[in-house]
Amino acid sequence: MALFSRSPIAPLEYSRTLWMRLWVGAVMLFLYAPLIVLMIFSFNDSKRNVVWRGFTLKYYDKALNNDALIEALVNSLTIAALATIFSLILGAVAAVMLWRFRFPFKGAVDGTISLPIIVPEICMGVAFLMFFAKGLHWPTDLVWPLNLGAITIAHITFCFPFVTMVVRSRLASFNREQEEAAKDLGAGEWQMFRDVLIPHMRPALVAGALLSFTLSLDDFVITYFTSGPETITFPVKVYSMLRFSVTPEVNAASTILIILTVALTAIALKLQGVKAIAETH
Amino acid sequence: MAEQDWKANKRVFAAVSLPTLLWTLVFFVVPMAIVWFYSFGQNAGLNEIHVSGTLDNYKRATEWLYLGIFGKSFAVAALVTLICLIVGFPVAMAITFASEKWRPWLLLGIMLPFWTNLLVRTYALMILLGQQGYANKGLGALWGGASWVKTLVGLQPLPTWEPVPLLFNNFAVVFGLVYVHLPFMVLPLYAALDRLDRSLIEASLDLGAGHFRTILRIVVPLAAPGIVAGVMITLIPALGAYLTPDLMGGTDSQMIANVIERQFKKANDWPFGSALSFILIYAMFILIALQSMRRKAPEAS
Amino acid sequence: MTDAPPIIQIQNISKRFGKVTAVDNVSLDIQAGEFFVLLGPSGCGKTTLLRMIAGFELPTEGRILIDGQDMAGIPPNKRPVNMVFQSYAVFPHMSVADNVAYGLKIAGVRGGEVRDRVAEALELVKLGGYESRMPDQMSGGQRQRVALARSLVMRPKVLLLDEPLSALDAKLRAQMQFELSELQEKVGITFVTVTHDQDEALSMACRIAVINKGEVSQLAAPSDLYEYPANRFVADFVGSVNIFEGKLILDEPDKAAVDCPGLGKVYLNHGVTGPHGADVWVALRPEKIYLHIPGEGKAVKAAAQDAPDGHNFARGTIKGMSYLGDITLFEIELESGARLRVSRPNLSRHDQEDFTWDDKVSMHWRADSPVVLLG
Repeated sequence: MALFSRSPIAPLEYSRTLWMRLWVGAVMLFLYAPLIVLMIFSFNDSKRNVVWRGFTLKYYDKALNNDALIEALVNSLTIAALATIFSLILGAVAAVMLWRFRFPFKGAVDGTISLPIIVPEICMGVAFLMFFAKGLHWPTDLVWPLNLGAITIAHITFCFPFVTMVVRSRLASFNREQEEAAKDLGAGEWQMFRDVLIPHMRPALVAGALLSFTLSLDDFVITYFTSGPETITFPVKVYSMLRFSVTPEVNAASTILIILTVALTAIALKLQGVKAIAETH
Repeated sequence: MAEQDWKANKRVFAAVSLPTLLWTLVFFVVPMAIVWFYSFGQNAGLNEIHVSGTLDNYKRATEWLYLGIFGKSFAVAALVTLICLIVGFPVAMAITFASEKWRPWLLLGIMLPFWTNLLVRTYALMILLGQQGYANKGLGALWGGASWVKTLVGLQPLPTWEPVPLLFNNFAVVFGLVYVHLPFMVLPLYAALDRLDRSLIEASLDLGAGHFRTILRIVVPLAAPGIVAGVMITLIPALGAYLTPDLMGGTDSQMIANVIERQFKKANDWPFGSALSFILIYAMFILIALQSMRRKAPEAS
Repeated sequence: MTDAPPIIQIQNISKRFGKVTAVDNVSLDIQAGEFFVLLGPSGCGKTTLLRMIAGFELPTEGRILIDGQDMAGIPPNKRPVNMVFQSYAVFPHMSVADNVAYGLKIAGVRGGEVRDRVAEALELVKLGGYESRMPDQMSGGQRQRVALARSLVMRPKVLLLDEPLSALDAKLRAQMQFELSELQEKVGITFVTVTHDQDEALSMACRIAVINKGEVSQLAAPSDLYEYPANRFVADFVGSVNIFEGKLILDEPDKAAVDCPGLGKVYLNHGVTGPHGADVWVALRPEKIYLHIPGEGKAVKAAAQDAPDGHNFARGTIKGMSYLGDITLFEIELESGARLRVSRPNLSRHDQEDFTWDDKVSMHWRADSPVVLLG
């Protein structure tokens, strides 16, 4: 976007007016400056995030050799992957149910399924804490990754309603004549689902997967309440590092996570194109 | 829309409904119900809770201390929402009216922070706002500049710059919550503005209205559903925020979620924590009910 | 037309969007009080031109004067023109009265005068009594009237209408064509309308500018446009036409002839002032061709009567027919293999029974019917 426009600004080209550009620029600076500063300081050869003392990779080295941190990261990615897969299935199936069928207590079912979106995460965290303490005892001494079961269950529960929401709004634009055309051409229920409905849902599934993965990877509060003393995820680990000893290792680990997010976004963009991703939100 | 009756196709209905319904029942309804039951209980021994149907926990929640924290949480959340709305509205306008080429990238620019880990973002902000951070240095430089300008016109220079505490206070909590929730506000606003028929704006200009009046009289009323959605989407998580006040706040910046956490992790008073949780959930319900009433009101008139 | 200065002067206007030229060096004068139509296919730049008059698009080059005043740098809300949008753009959150009063209130008109003028404007568009209705309780036609009233109440010097009838169904469209013409005469405001529909343009306009690829192809009164098209594009776009390529073989002040490989020799009773041997095109409207059953002899006689140097005569076979009620359209394959479209009015109830598929027919047309086009 050239700051100095060549042609005069037409009435509705609000985004080309100078003050709008300054405003958007300031907001982008506000959103990105902290992240960029953090990334720069991850290469700083100093214990404190204050003055630049030269370039180093030693905190990356430390972070990557910190077994507890790496374990936490692997746990987080594993949980996110599992939560994404299950959320996609549960969420898509629920969306199809709500879109396709009329059944008793539909309003109540619809409301209950979307409830985890609005219930504050602290309350969900409390609920899972009590559920796994008083209801279902999930053994904490199982082999990996079964020991992540409780956290994964919690994550699926708060992720899949988002998938349902995204897929449902996509299904609303489905032209039912396509379904009828498929059946007219001899497709059965399952073939229609596979050949017509799933391709139509695809952009929403990609968006839903992206959403689930980031929500799961992002979650601190619910995990903090659900996890036993043995299982630690990346946010929980970073939290304890922040609470007890701020070391530049946190900068390095955070930078790795930011780069991971950007890479993930780039992959999603490659899969769907920037427009489709933007439209699903 | 031709929805099918479930009886017409029972097998498909069972296939698509049972997994989700069972999951929701076991892993959402049951845990919430446990919290609800325990909110009427009391501690009986170290690890035992006796559900006696007492209302003591709710009574205790109406003590001034807790009412104050609820009030403060609401005030902070409302302020954060307002700031997000004021900051986010022009951004949403800019995205809506940006060229085809730029719009997706601007949207991505708003969404990327939303995808970035909340803890990492909070931590990044903390670095910037710290006593020796760049925000303070920037303010110091501005202060120095102002002082220099004053000496230039022959006035006394300003007193030397004292770093202001930008972290571990209420300001930091509001700032941090705005930082975290801004994308939540911009996206629904954009969605609403994008749906707006542009010729309505042009018609207003054509009839002699200026840009400011057009935005006030035409754009804002018609984008109202999006504004309400943006407000709800910002207000609800801000009200239940835990991490930002915990990490960026001072001793007096506790919000309701921090109090709930304390009951479980430190005070070991689960019944009271449960009661507070459900009060928070009820508050959400009231907000959502208000929203849907608002939505129905214009249709009736 | 009077000697008064034109209300709108468009001088060498060009508009480019990136590499695409939407409007290419257009100059037009629109007279006060006329019903002016910009006609062209979609994407020809006519709407861009209209939006530049309104001020929503800014010209890349050239200038626009309204009532003698240069509009450069003047935003839409300060221009003495008002627009009726294709989507009508009636504010959905305001009642009909509030919609119509919107511009007046901004202009500083107060109290009773607003009410009176709103009532008067609604009366004008036959919506008296609809003041308190909300737009979503109205039909498309009624919303359009609201948009009209909302613009007319401002008493603009020029009213711009962007495809005003395109969203209406056929019956309503025909009715609104008359109403718009009537309304324009009553209020005396200059109307500038954009349309892609030639019927609409022909029925309402005082003058029509046919726009093609950002340029004015022809500017003329409706009947001139139809009977004397200036080029192939106009002949083809306005109405239905048969076009044949040929060579000019005779060109004198009072007669001319064109040799068309597809149609044979075509004779005219007037000169065309083109260079001898030039490549030209002959345009012949389907309704100007008379159809005969062969052997009647009448055709030959009729053809011989008014063509000075030969006969405007052809033979062919009926390959297609479509009965449209008032007329029947024939697609006739000539002996050369070319196809000719002919329309024939059904003057009596049994006329459509005269011909059928694969009939051999002969045709003639008058020597003043063909139009010779040089480009």
